[in-house]
Amino acid sequence: MELAPLLLLLFAFTLAIFLGFELISKVPSQLHTPLMSGSNAISGITIVGALLALDAGGSEAAKWIGFAAVVFATINVAGGYMVTDRMLAMFKKKDEGKKGPRS
Amino acid sequence: MNAVLINLLYIAASILFIFGIKMLGSADTARRGNQLSAAGMLIAVVATLLYFGLSWWMVVAGMLVGGTIGAIAATRVRMTGMPEMVALFNGFGGIASLLVGAAEFAKIRLNNDIGAYLQALQQQSGVTVPGWFALTAIGLAVLIGGTTFTGSLVAYGKLSRRIGSKAVVFPGQQAINVTVILGAVAGVVLMVWDQGRDLSQVAGIVLVALALIYGVLMTIPIGGGDMPVVISLLNSFSGVAAAMAGFIILNNVLVVAGCLVGASGMILTIIMCKAMNRTLAHVLFSGFGAAAQSAKAVEGEMKPATIEDAYHVLEAAQSVVFIPGYGMAVAQAQHAVKELAELLEENGAEVRFAIHPVAGRMPGHMNVLLAEADVPYELLQEMDQVNPIMPTVDVAIVIGANDVVNPAALEDESCSIYGMPIVLAHEARTVYCLKRGQGPGFSGLQNSLFFRENTRMLYGDAKQTVTRLVGEFQS
Repeated sequence: MELAPLLLLLFAFTLAIFLGFELISKVPSQLHTPLMSGSNAISGITIVGALLALDAGGSEAAKWIGFAAVVFATINVAGGYMVTDRMLAMFKKKDEGKKGPRS
Repeated sequence: MNAVLINLLYIAASILFIFGIKMLGSADTARRGNQLSAAGMLIAVVATLLYFGLSWWMVVAGMLVGGTIGAIAATRVRMTGMPEMVALFNGFGGIASLLVGAAEFAKIRLNNDIGAYLQALQQQSGVTVPGWFALTAIGLAVLIGGTTFTGSLVAYGKLSRRIGSKAVVFPGQQAINVTVILGAVAGVVLMVWDQGRDLSQVAGIVLVALALIYGVLMTIPIGGGDMPVVISLLNSFSGVAAAMAGFIILNNVLVVAGCLVGASGMILTIIMCKAMNRTLAHVLFSGFGAAAQSAKAVEGEMKPATIEDAYHVLEAAQSVVFIPGYGMAVAQAQHAVKELAELLEENGAEVRFAIHPVAGRMPGHMNVLLAEADVPYELLQEMDQVNPIMPTVDVAIVIGANDVVNPAALEDESCSIYGMPIVLAHEARTVYCLKRGQGPGFSGLQNSLFFRENTRMLYGDAKQTVTRLVGEFQS
C-alpha cells in the first residue's frame, strides 16, 4: 500500500499545530472575543466534508446525514463570519469613535 | 487536471486562513483579516463544488437554509448576547463534524464493503489509506464533534441564563466521567476492529450517544466565572473535530484549517488559565465555585456611600480608572458608564478602563461590551499596563467586578484564589465599588477590598447608580 501521501497529510497536520501556536501567542486581550469567533468560523471548514457527502450516486442515508451537516456547517460559517465582522466594526479609535456611524 | 485545480484552490484557501488569523491579532488589521479568512472559506467551498457528481439541489438547499439561519442570527443578536451566540455557533460546527463522520460511515455500510469505500476515497482524494485509519478518524471526529456540540449547548444555556450558571457537582462524578470516556474509547476501538460491519455500526451508535453525554458531563461542573476557559477549550475542540473529519476524507484544507483553530483555541485556553493562576485540570475537574470556601474572616466593615459623596470626590479627581466585571454586563450599564467617562474627561480627568483578562464570561467580554457603547479602544488597558500607575490614581470605580480585584489573592495564602493576578484597585486613593448586595463573588470568597479603609460601597443596580452619577454631573 502506498502510504506516502497519507504521511504528507500527517506532516501538514503537525506543522499546522506549530503554526497555530505561533500565530496567536501574542494577541492583546481586547481581541480575544473576535479572535475566538473568527477562528470558530474557520472551524466551519468542515462544510467541505459535508458537501462531499452529498455524492449523487452514493448512499441515500449518507446524503441525508450530509445534508444536515451542510446546514449546520453553513450556519457556523455564515453566522460566525458575520458576527465577527459586526464586532470588529465596533472597535474604533478615538477620533473615529466620535463621528463614525454606529453599526 | 480537475483534482489538481481543486487542491491548488485549497492551498490558496489555507493561506488566506493563515493570514486571516494572523491579522485578527492586531486591532488595526483585524477586520480585514476576518474578511480575508471569509474569502478563503468561499474559495474552499467553490473548489469543493468542482468535484462532479454532487447532488446539486441538496447543496443549494442546504447552504441556503444554513446561510439564512446563520445570517439572521448574526444580525439580530444583541452585542450583550455575543458570548452565548459564539458558543452556539461553535456547537453547530461540532455537530457538523460528527455528521460528516456519520455520513462517511453510512457510505461504508452501503455495500457493506470497506474495500470499495476506500477505493472510491482513493479516486476522490488521491490518497490510499488502510481501513483502520479511516475508521479511527471517523470515531475521533464523532467523539470530539459530539462532545463539542453538547458541551457548547450547555455553555450556551449557562451564558444565556436559561439554565443555572452554578457548577453542578455530585458524588461519584469523576468516576462517571471516566467511565463514559473509557466507554467511548472502547466504542472507537470496537468500531475499528469490526471493519465497518454490523457490530461496528452498533459500536458507532453507542459512541455517538456517549460523546453527546460526555459533552454535558464535561461542562456542567464548570461554574460561571470559569466559563472563559471552557468556551475557548470548546472552540479548540471544534477545530480538532474538523481536522479529524479532514483525515476521514483525506482533505488537506480541512486538516490544516481545523488544526490551526485547534491550536489557537488551545493557546487562548492556556492564557485564560494563567489569568486565574489555575491549571486546566483544576478548572475541569474541581467544580470550583460550587462550594463556598472557608476563608479567614475579613476584619473591618463595608462602608456605604451616597451618590452625592461619590460625585464630589469624582469631580475633584484628576485620574479615574473604571474596572468593569460581569456585573456591568448583567446590569447593561455600559452606555451609562461611557457617558460618565465622557463627562469626567470633559471635567479634566484622565480616564482609563482596566480590563482583567477573565472579567466577564468569555475571553474579551468587557472589550466587546465597551466597544458596543463606543468607548474608544485606546482607553481600554490591560491589567499589566494599569497596575504600575494604580497608586497615582485618584479614584477607582469597580463596576460589578469581584474576584479580579480581591487583594486576598495577593495576601491570604489560605484563600482559594491565592496567586491569581488581580487589578490593584485597592492601591488607588479612593475606591468606589458598585454592587448589588453584600454577597460574595463567584469563588464564594468575601472580598477584602470591600472592607478597606479607602473603599466605599455604592449599593444598587449598577446602571441606575451610574445614571444617577451622570445626572449629578449634568445638573
